[in-house]
Amino acid sequence: MLGTGLLKGLGVTAKNFVGSYHDPERYTTIEYPEVKPKLPEAYRNFPFLVTENAMDPMGTLRCVACQICEKECPPQCIYIEKSKDKKPDASGKMQIYPAIFDIDTSVCMSCQICVEVCPFDAIKMDQVFEIATTDRYDALLLRREQLAKPNSYYQSIHPTEAAEVDGRLAADRKAAEEKAKAAAAAKAAAAKAAAAAPAAEAPKTPPPAA
Amino acid sequence: MNAAFLATLSLELLPAQLRDMVTGWLPEPWRWLVNSILAIAVILASFGLLFAYLTLAERKILGRVQNRPGPNRTGYFGLLQPFADGVKALTKEDIVPRGADHLLHFLAPVALLAFSIMTFAVLPFGRNLVAVELDAGVLYFFAAGAATELAVFMAGWASHNKYSLLAAMRALAQLISYELPLLLSFVPVIMIAGSLSTQEIVHRQSGWMFGFVPQWHVLTPWGFAGFAIFMTAALAESNRSPFDLPEAESELIAGHLTEYSGFKYALFFMAEYFGMCALCGMAVTLFLGGWQAPLPFLEFIPSYVWFATKMLTLLLGFIWVRCTFPRLRIDQLTRFAWKFLVPLALINLGTTAFWSLTSGWTGGLQIARWLVAIALVVIPFQLIGRKLSAGLGPRTYRYA
Repeated sequence: MLGTGLLKGLGVTAKNFVGSYHDPERYTTIEYPEVKPKLPEAYRNFPFLVTENAMDPMGTLRCVACQICEKECPPQCIYIEKSKDKKPDASGKMQIYPAIFDIDTSVCMSCQICVEVCPFDAIKMDQVFEIATTDRYDALLLRREQLAKPNSYYQSIHPTEAAEVDGRLAADRKAAEEKAKAAAAAKAAAAKAAAAAPAAEAPKTPPPAA
Repeated sequence: MNAAFLATLSLELLPAQLRDMVTGWLPEPWRWLVNSILAIAVILASFGLLFAYLTLAERKILGRVQNRPGPNRTGYFGLLQPFADGVKALTKEDIVPRGADHLLHFLAPVALLAFSIMTFAVLPFGRNLVAVELDAGVLYFFAAGAATELAVFMAGWASHNKYSLLAAMRALAQLISYELPLLLSFVPVIMIAGSLSTQEIVHRQSGWMFGFVPQWHVLTPWGFAGFAIFMTAALAESNRSPFDLPEAESELIAGHLTEYSGFKYALFFMAEYFGMCALCGMAVTLFLGGWQAPLPFLEFIPSYVWFATKMLTLLLGFIWVRCTFPRLRIDQLTRFAWKFLVPLALINLGTTAFWSLTSGWTGGLQIARWLVAIALVVIPFQLIGRKLSAGLGPRTYRYA
């Protein structure tokens, strides 16, 4: 009958109206400043620098100022100046560190290329989106100190990715240690051999006369 | 008389008593003038407040239907939102286009609002609450209502903008198309009541069938058909969705309102809501028994409360319709008026004539009277509806 479709439509809207009062699941919006949105794990916006130790962020930056990210960055929003001296990194190895590491977030396009090219897993994507400021220039230029965030923070925002990175770093470190151990062992063996060789070779010293 | 009845009586007479308290000390020749000014002030204040909270209710309900909470930042539940909107509209820059006719551009919203407010004069808000007791109240109401169309065209013409002008012409086409079913749909009421006075029409709907069923016009076959046509035409007359083509926010650039900003725009908005309130109040008066209680034992509640309840129900119905139906196209709109509503309204006149002539029938004939009247309403509806929707059947959408 003519008009039943209209009544059906009215029924649908009435159901939504009543439903929105007793079923919070229906809500398509959240009341933002009070209720924070639950971001998906893969959400990313701007990069940050990973530090090993939250207590000493500047001393334990993973970044070794190799400047690959600076060169690869398509909008060229990264500016790095190498240090003149070397400092021990987390594993105690002497490394160059970034004396200046700036990211201009007004230029950054969140492409994640810096993260993908970094061979040291030192730069990762952050999830902080409340970065509005009243200053267009200085407040949007993030310094080394603002960019440095501990590894534990990285693990809290991207758990799966961070676990994988940590596993790889641990494996690398272990491999490096084993290599070092093997090298040390080989060196020791070589030294031993070198020490033993004169003694063993002594009887054969006179060359056969030909 | 027991105490409860006295209390009811005092509540019922409260508005009149309050008025006499204010104007009682005045000399007799001045009293009617101050009484009239008081009535105007009360109508403006109460409907102004109703308008403010109707916009909030509309936004809240639309939000809920779309599964979001609606405005809730200003005050508790967003209760201060209308005032925030008002301040915003007042402080906005008022732009008048250089080529516009300044006087007409200014007069259009004023005229629209003035005609909308004039319609409130004859609405009987309660048993003895009517600003002006006119013998031709219904005629006056629709004359004042029809004058708003003039203001709409005035706005489009004065803006000196081709889009405004085209939209105003479309608006005029729509308003005149729907003026006809609107007028035809209430003629049956006048035929039955035999009066053009709004109070008289309400009084004719008093009394109870079988002791508890109210004798409202909407509860008769012709009354129901008339009410449905009236409400449909009222939706179109007040430019409400799904007939909001004159404005059509999402398609046109606000139609005849394109060149209006700030407080003038707010005036247009206010006039639209006033028109909607007035038409709903008229529908209550003509078909829903006006200020009468729906059941005998509920008569202790004052009459103006019943009028307000019925009017608010219809207004909420308007909002419900708005959040449900998509907008019509202009050809669908006019076809719906001329080919569907006007013939049905004309046939309804015949149904009413039959109802009026057979009012003496009793017993088995009474049942026959009802059946014939229902058939006279349902059969044309089905036939015209089928004819009109033939070939338009369910649409199949093919996506590229």
